[in-house]
Amino acid sequence: MKPSFDILIVGIGGQGTVLASNVLGEACIIENRTVRSAETHGMAQRGGSVESHVRIDGRFGSLIVPGTADLLIAFDLLEALRYRHYLPAGGRLVVNRHLVVPTSVYQQELAVPDEESILAALSDLEVTCIDAARLAEEAGSILSQNIVMLGAASGDIPLQPGSLEEAVRRCVPKKTVEVNARAFRLGREEGMLGRGAA
Amino acid sequence: MAVRYLLGNEGIAHACLEANIDFASGYPGTPSSEVIDVLRVQKERPFTVEWSTNEKVAFENALAAAWCGLRALCTMKHVGLNVAADPLMTSAYTGVTGGFVLLSADDPFAHSSQNEQDTRRYAHFARLPCLDPASVQEAHDMIRDAFALSEEFGLPVIFRPTTRICHSKGDVSIGEVGTEHRTAAFHRDPKQYVVIPAHTRVLHQRLNEKQPALKKRLVELGYNRHTVRGATAVVTSGVAAAYVQEVLGGDVSLAVIGAYPIDEEWLRRFVDRHEKVLVVEELAPVVEEAVRQVATKTEVLGKMTGTVPYEGEFTPATVADAVKKAGITPTTTFPEASPVPGVPPRPPILCAGCMHRPTFYAMRKVFRDGIFPSDIGCYTLGLQLGAVDTTICMGASITVGSGIARAGEEHPVVCTIGDSTFLHTGIPGLLNAVYNGADMVVVILDNRITAMTGHQPNPNTGVTAMGVESTPISLEAICRSCGVSWVETIDPYDLPVLLDTFRRAKERKGVRVVISKQPCVITARRSGIRRKAYAVDPEACRGCGACRSFGCPAIAFSGKIATITELCAGCGVCADICPSGAIGAEGRQ
Repeated sequence: MKPSFDILIVGIGGQGTVLASNVLGEACIIENRTVRSAETHGMAQRGGSVESHVRIDGRFGSLIVPGTADLLIAFDLLEALRYRHYLPAGGRLVVNRHLVVPTSVYQQELAVPDEESILAALSDLEVTCIDAARLAEEAGSILSQNIVMLGAASGDIPLQPGSLEEAVRRCVPKKTVEVNARAFRLGREEGMLGRGAA
Repeated sequence: MAVRYLLGNEGIAHACLEANIDFASGYPGTPSSEVIDVLRVQKERPFTVEWSTNEKVAFENALAAAWCGLRALCTMKHVGLNVAADPLMTSAYTGVTGGFVLLSADDPFAHSSQNEQDTRRYAHFARLPCLDPASVQEAHDMIRDAFALSEEFGLPVIFRPTTRICHSKGDVSIGEVGTEHRTAAFHRDPKQYVVIPAHTRVLHQRLNEKQPALKKRLVELGYNRHTVRGATAVVTSGVAAAYVQEVLGGDVSLAVIGAYPIDEEWLRRFVDRHEKVLVVEELAPVVEEAVRQVATKTEVLGKMTGTVPYEGEFTPATVADAVKKAGITPTTTFPEASPVPGVPPRPPILCAGCMHRPTFYAMRKVFRDGIFPSDIGCYTLGLQLGAVDTTICMGASITVGSGIARAGEEHPVVCTIGDSTFLHTGIPGLLNAVYNGADMVVVILDNRITAMTGHQPNPNTGVTAMGVESTPISLEAICRSCGVSWVETIDPYDLPVLLDTFRRAKERKGVRVVISKQPCVITARRSGIRRKAYAVDPEACRGCGACRSFGCPAIAFSGKIATITELCAGCGVCADICPSGAIGAEGRQ
């Protein structure tokens, strides 16, 4: 039995993967559990593909090895595809129904990826697809999509929902606490529905 | 005591506060930058913090503070230590009175760096102690104690975290912020601080005499420790130790090296008890060389036997592979897992509205056959726009440019350098180019800040690390005083003027400087500057693709027809590029 529960959060620089991983880390502190995580800083943040590794109950290094993640949370469909090899066969993916076509596609005139074909390429995983933008708007700010995604994935995370929501409150800017708490709950409800359907 | 979820660099910064630090300086460089960034904004302990103009400057300032008896920290990335190597080497001779810790952060896999050099080599070279943490908690604890170690031996202590320490997070136990402050006092002692030959020969001998006791002390402090369990052993260091512990069974002996120099007697006793020793460390084979020196009959495996990679950063899977190759069974095996092929890449890219993009665009338009030496900063991403031909180290755009021009290469040379990099090591190159009569254009990309490493202020920003307004400086005046007679400052969002300026520069000889000036789009947004977004009139767009070559992430395409996404920062340059006049500010017909 693996000693830690390993979550990979992926997205595009600027989407708030680091804040989402901070919430998980803070929730571990609240529950008095060990945690290790790794982030992308520096040049990689300039609109590039970014990843945050979070190992709940981790005691060693912060890096998750491909093929061994327990959960992949993707803020963009293409990033889900890029990092799906971190999951074992049939692994658990919670993905935002959102696709930003990289500028490289236009520059190098590559085939433009589309939602349908990406979802088809992910269909052998246990996928919950979330319309985070709609739920974030409903919560009160489009900027809360990262917390919506965390809420949607929270049913799969071995941390108490109460600790996660408290961690959200501690980690987000003061003015946005209520919006983000709402985003977390809306995401959680939607995630539960998605799990029921699957 | 409290437990907090901290970034490695935050843990390091907090430990400095616990250790009663009174002076900190540094030059930004990933992965080291957040240490000073945390120290400069924290309110718990008032003391002097500065972003210096380069690493040598930072080092000498902190060294002097330590000569005055203060506890001082100096931070930089590994390649910054090349710049600071001159004072480093001799500071080992002069020593210090106050505790002096030099943090030089290594970057295995060169996530954000131009090479994979190993700071431990400098420690060996300078004969200085070096601490090499294996976890975020250890990084905190080591640096908290490093100031006392420095004072005990009267030597600067090098602290070498790697990217996966600096930029990892974890639950970290921290202590109370120290409340003691020292008063700086310089005690004149030429035999210590004036390294003329007669003095330095004595100091060199003293440095060498300190080594045996230092090695013993590092074992006593528990930084170098081992557990004997069987006939086979793994010796490891730094963050690799965490990966080793993740995959190693209980029947294999383990030695963790957390500090250098390694006590050879201690190491020999450990190695001699084993038939086979595998050395697992990132970057250079520093520990492996030490093990090989002391091994008599023991078989030693590592980089030199091809068992462990020389390059890149490790993961538990890398280590499990090495362990298997060495004939040891790891407790965990990892599945074969490779990325899905054909996923379009998403590399980092200059932001929508970044001032560098139009500057590169215009430069390439006017100097179609130009050679474009460049430098270290966000603008190195101009590589994607075909506007970066060389990058080697900080400040080398102007010098490589003048070298190419003076070598007799006939194509026009147009180099680009950021404001912070220009102030770091660009100025001597410019002075040299003028002095020796180079024929070239120097473009200073002046976005008023050190952007790539996280928007640290520099003398061009107008504010210090501690938030104090600073004396304004003029890049134009600096260039003129270096002897450049043709200096033009332009707004890169004004494409016609930009093109015209480059055309006029092209007609002249000698060193010509174009200062392309506009705040970084990220800092502009943070300071409340909002520009109206632009939009494409789909009726007017002819799908010519002229805007495609601009490479802005806010421009997308449905078929051949362009659209502008919500990423638009409103620089408006694409409207000037579009030959059909199809792009305009939103809401304007």
